[in-house]
Amino acid sequence: MKEFFKYFADIFTGVRSLLIGMSVTGKYFFSPGQIVTQQYPENRKTLKMYDRFKGEVIMPHDENNHHRCTGCAICELNCPNGSIEVISARIDGPDGKKVRIIDQHIYHLGMCTFCSLCVKTCPENALAFGQEFEHAVFDRTVLTKILNQPGSSILKEIA
Amino acid sequence: MKEVIHTPVPLVEEEEYHINMGPQHPSTHGVLRLVVTLQGEIVKSLKPHCGYIHRGIEKMCEKDTYPQIIHLTDRIDYLSAHINNHAVCLLVEKALEIEVPERVKYVRTIMDELARIQSHQLWWASFGMDLGGLTCFFYGLRDREKILDIWEETTGARFLQSYYTPGGLLWDIHPNFQKDVKAFIKYFRKKIRDYDNILSGNVIFRERSRNIGLMSKEDAISWGVTGPSGRGSGWSCDVRKHHPYALYDKVDFKEILYTEGDTLARYLVRMDEMRESMNIIEQLIDNIPEGDFTAKMKAVIKLPAGEYYQRVESARGDLGLYCISDGNKTPYRMKFRTPSFSNLSVLDHISRDLKIADLVAIGGSLDLVIPDIDR
Amino acid sequence: MTSNIYDNFVASLTQSIHEWLYHVMPPTWALISEMTIIGLVFLLFYALVGLFLVYAERKVCAFMQNRVGPNRVGPYGIFQTIADFIKLLMKELITIKNSDKLLFNIAPFIVIIASFMAIAAIPFAKGLHAIDFDIGILYVIAVSSLGVVGILLAGWSSNNKYSLIGAMRSGAQIISYELSVGMSLLTIIILAGTMQFSEIVQGQEYGWFLFKGHIPAFIAFVVFLIASTAETNRGPFDLAEAESELTAGFHTEYSGIKFAFFFLAEYMNMFIVASIGATVFLGGWMPFMVHGWDGFNTVMNYIPPSIWYILKTGFIIWLMMWFKWTFPRLRIDQLLTLEWKYLLPINLFNILLMAFIVLMGWHF
Repeated sequence: MKEFFKYFADIFTGVRSLLIGMSVTGKYFFSPGQIVTQQYPENRKTLKMYDRFKGEVIMPHDENNHHRCTGCAICELNCPNGSIEVISARIDGPDGKKVRIIDQHIYHLGMCTFCSLCVKTCPENALAFGQEFEHAVFDRTVLTKILNQPGSSILKEIA
Repeated sequence: MKEVIHTPVPLVEEEEYHINMGPQHPSTHGVLRLVVTLQGEIVKSLKPHCGYIHRGIEKMCEKDTYPQIIHLTDRIDYLSAHINNHAVCLLVEKALEIEVPERVKYVRTIMDELARIQSHQLWWASFGMDLGGLTCFFYGLRDREKILDIWEETTGARFLQSYYTPGGLLWDIHPNFQKDVKAFIKYFRKKIRDYDNILSGNVIFRERSRNIGLMSKEDAISWGVTGPSGRGSGWSCDVRKHHPYALYDKVDFKEILYTEGDTLARYLVRMDEMRESMNIIEQLIDNIPEGDFTAKMKAVIKLPAGEYYQRVESARGDLGLYCISDGNKTPYRMKFRTPSFSNLSVLDHISRDLKIADLVAIGGSLDLVIPDIDR
Repeated sequence: MTSNIYDNFVASLTQSIHEWLYHVMPPTWALISEMTIIGLVFLLFYALVGLFLVYAERKVCAFMQNRVGPNRVGPYGIFQTIADFIKLLMKELITIKNSDKLLFNIAPFIVIIASFMAIAAIPFAKGLHAIDFDIGILYVIAVSSLGVVGILLAGWSSNNKYSLIGAMRSGAQIISYELSVGMSLLTIIILAGTMQFSEIVQGQEYGWFLFKGHIPAFIAFVVFLIASTAETNRGPFDLAEAESELTAGFHTEYSGIKFAFFFLAEYMNMFIVASIGATVFLGGWMPFMVHGWDGFNTVMNYIPPSIWYILKTGFIIWLMMWFKWTFPRLRIDQLLTLEWKYLLPINLFNILLMAFIVLMGWHF
């Protein structure tokens, strides 16, 4: 007899639990306001990444095309996988001494793991993270970037 | 040329056959390959074949400085990246005998617990999918997105944050951090009820998971199954309780223990751990003290020669870090004791004589992350 | 019998085509061309319904999962399935070494022919059906279980262990659940007193059988829903496919249009069982009418019967989608337990109850 009642109790509790589950999906079915999908290419205009978003490593330049990089290559030393190559040159300084300046700050985006050690350890805060995240390209050589802009020079106060 | 002689070895008994689950199989959660010996639909034995995503992280650690190792540990168990980072940081801090600021400890504890919730959410999502409830997957990911947003705002990355550095944090928390975390907890306390309604209480799920994959406490200890999987068998193995680090000796939290040792128990442990993690965060989030976000560290970190071991409780279990230093700026040897590896080893033992569908359920309940196995 | 304004239209249309054909050609040719026309119409209908149901399923599951679903091809993505279909048409048909070529190629057609045959007996409106057998229900049950032969062949001939496991599961599943489908329909046949679809619909003029037979009819309806979901291999009974266990089950090795056939047949089977459910339990194309409420009945009669039919079928299809996107999958032994331990005894008892109620005249 106990078995008999258990049989029906099982059916009842089982069906009840199924209905509870269906109420969850049913609730979402009838409340389209809860849709969380972001329609990506359409919302490009309004899509704003967070300030600290690590999209790529950039070297900020001011309006006079000055950057802050001295070419000390600490970022190159700290990079765990060789994404950064600093090629520096020596030119004659104003007082006749040789001065080290940056020639090319090469950044391999394709190898970067965004560990943020370069940005963190840069003594002059010359590097920063950019917000650009659409990095898909057809040619991977495009991913190798030269961060200092052509014709740019170091900010006077640092040098 | 020498002729190779093949001696015929009977690999299978009569009426048995092999089947390869993986490396491309929807329910092995990555590139795990299980060679399953089946009799009809009954699993007779199985052999895991690892190494499909072996990247040699332990070897790579030997050429990296300690701050550089952080970003490699992210990629071991990518679902508890913060916790892995924490292990390296604690190891370095222990070796150098550095006391980190109180603020750092608070933030690290909160981040670790967020990582645990996030990992369990994704596990819940994929576990539901393993059992055929596809909608679970989207609910889990939907709620996980909120945590990823919080992380993105503070750390700049959604997945592989590398947020901790030896001695502190990469940068301070975002001004919105506390507000967002509190909003998330309020949100998730509501949504976790959906989880229970749609899966935990469901009669099909209960029948699929109860008394499936029984693992006794002795089994758990002898196979070294730690984390929620081990605690589902009643083995009290929470590193946070037994060897507290960060703020775990100050906060009030329960170690979730279930004694049944079946798939359902392992499931319930994780569901309760999500709630418990929210309790921990709620205790800490309002009390983050002001202060530095990093301790004073030398530019080049060199550990004194010697051997060091550091354990943390990752979302999957006991993550151990063994490091031999010869006094240089790079470790001489780095060894990770990853929880998924030993959790996988018990799979053969507990899934014998069950059906192939049960194997999928058990594999899901162990919450394996394949890069964590292969490293 | 209430006169429906749309009845005459359908009847006169078919009648005039019929007369015209017999007028222009000898009877044999007229019969053949009639058959061809009906076949083509059904083929078109079949493809359209299949495509629409795939779209509907994707939208329904998307809304249940807080997503928007397909929305790129055409307004609200309505042409998405057509684009998918074209893609499947252009894909390479991979032939597998060591597979049984003949059976491998023939299997998708068996599946699709089985569902195509079943559709013939379904009444879409008054007089709008291909054949009106006097044993319509028996015919549909017999024909719809043919599809499993195709699934078994597909799984066996693929020479793939996953496929074979899926096929064997499917065989065990259909053999069991065929019983429940049949018996739940039998319950209603007792009430209706006929197996002819047109008469079953006519018998539900003032009150559908779900209401007329109250308790036993409701139990039969629930059993029918569960069993027919299982019979169509849909979640939570999709063990034959079980993508998390068997990757894709019986159709693992199929590609391109052959895969599309399986896919289409699955949705058509769902449509067919939903149609049978709607016809037997919810009155088919019969509008919702209450005896004595003439004004109300006239209003209801203005809605064309095909719309009623589509609404009812759509409701059942939606229920089945709701099941699929909520529940986890059963295990094979639980599947059989559910059938032999729960559904079958309940069903047998239910038939007795229905017979008793009909004998005592306690139905409405």
